[in-house]
Amino acid sequence: MSGLKQYFKDSWEGIWTVLVGMKITFKHLFVPNVTIQYPSVRVPMPERVRNRLYVNMDDCIGCDQCSRACPVSCISIDTVKSLPSEDLGVTSNGKKKALWVTKFDIDFAKCCYCQLCVFPCPTECIYMTDVYEFSEYERGKLLYNFSTLTPEQAAEKKANLEKFNAEKEALKAAAAAEAAAKPKIEKPQDKTE
Amino acid sequence: MYEFLTNLIGNEVLAWIIIAALPLFVVILPYALVAIWLERKVSAHMQDRLGPMITGWHGWLQSFADVLKLLQKEDLVPAEADKKLFNIAPALVFTASYAAFAVIPFSSGFIGSGAEIGIFFILAVSSFAVAGILMGGWASNNKYSLIGAMRAVAQIISYEIPTALVVLSMVMITGTLSLEKISAMQTGYFWNWFIFGGPEWGLTKFLLIPFMLVGFLILYMSTLAEVNRTPFDIPEAESELVGGYHTEYSGMKFAMFFLAEYANMFAVSAIVSIIFFGGYQSPVGYLGDLFGVSWLIPFEQLFWFVAKGLFFVFVQMWLRWTLPRLRVDQLMNLCWKYLIPYSIANLIIIGLISLI
Repeated sequence: MSGLKQYFKDSWEGIWTVLVGMKITFKHLFVPNVTIQYPSVRVPMPERVRNRLYVNMDDCIGCDQCSRACPVSCISIDTVKSLPSEDLGVTSNGKKKALWVTKFDIDFAKCCYCQLCVFPCPTECIYMTDVYEFSEYERGKLLYNFSTLTPEQAAEKKANLEKFNAEKEALKAAAAAEAAAKPKIEKPQDKTE
Repeated sequence: MYEFLTNLIGNEVLAWIIIAALPLFVVILPYALVAIWLERKVSAHMQDRLGPMITGWHGWLQSFADVLKLLQKEDLVPAEADKKLFNIAPALVFTASYAAFAVIPFSSGFIGSGAEIGIFFILAVSSFAVAGILMGGWASNNKYSLIGAMRAVAQIISYEIPTALVVLSMVMITGTLSLEKISAMQTGYFWNWFIFGGPEWGLTKFLLIPFMLVGFLILYMSTLAEVNRTPFDIPEAESELVGGYHTEYSGMKFAMFFLAEYANMFAVSAIVSIIFFGGYQSPVGYLGDLFGVSWLIPFEQLFWFVAKGLFFVFVQMWLRWTLPRLRVDQLMNLCWKYLIPYSIANLIIIGLISLI
């Protein structure tokens, strides 16, 4: 008899528990959604979130410290000295800029978003933004060029410096030659005097 | 309906073709599109999500977008598949679910066929789908498909027994197999429905009510299992069998399986509502009677029928997102140890009561 009792109890429990479950799901039918409609609505990012880097080239002095701090070597910087005649201005915190930054590339395919490059920057020109949707179909497109100079301008600056250096060398050489030539003439005079 | 069309067109064959095609285009396709959207919205809201929101108002065009996508998809046939059977199977499954609509009375003015053996015909053609499912699973030459198909066959054949026993007990009370007559019997108000003991007033009506409730629960559970819906969806258990018997199907053939599933959902809901909930009968009387416009009544009946059918479809979705899937042994346990003994006892008790 206890077996039969258990049988009816089980049947009743089967139906009853289903009804309890249905009650719960029915309540949830009217619970406001907890999800958001992502592309049109976004969760605001936390303040210190680490995402894509940005470099404010107006403030960059080309000191290469960020590149050296990078654990994965994803930053590559090339600089060219400016000529004495050129004035590159000052950064927003008053540092004098002395170098043309001809190349400032960050490869975000390599970047590990560790933020280590941000701390050494003396002018605080490299920093993390809250942009996180920048996926690409080709890896090459993740190489970002931050330099404000076009390749032609960079080549021009390089040529200018080389020309200046060559002129300087020539002047130096001329001066040296003059210096070398002068004593030869003067020394005998000294000796004679 | 048939006479009306024959008079209108003047050609019997053409009228038959229109009558045969009408349920498909007027009822099944729009219903399936709405039901698929509804399923996604119901599931989403039960999980505190929103579901499709982009295509149209609250994503109501999502099903149309899905159909367009499926139409453009490549129609793949696996290299090692039995191509003939593979191509026939979806058509067969859909035919089986479509054939059931032939005898369902949508309203007193719209019945595909008022066959005297309506309910018997539905039981017969719905088991016809088993052949299509097994065919699809076997022809795919894929272990998941085959396991899914075999489970489907075992499940559908097992659950036909309690379905048939409950239908038998209802046939004893009504004395007819015709769905049209069963619907017509429950006319009047909702207390004339068979779930409330039927139209005849007396002691038997009140004695019948608890057994009708049991019968309704058994019929609802076993028809749910017959259309392979959760918690009885082991033939297409996504987490175990990839997609079950339709794993290898793509494009429109997959869409046909999908359409058949949703058509079946409505068909079994319609059967439950005809047998226990008055079919197309209004629970509260007709506006047509109230205002003396008799042509309005069939349309009201259509509305009530579709409303009842959709309500039971909604309950099926509701159950789907409430209950986890049963294991194979639990499924057989439920059928053979619980539903069949209960339905046999119910059959005997209802028989005894109807003798009074």
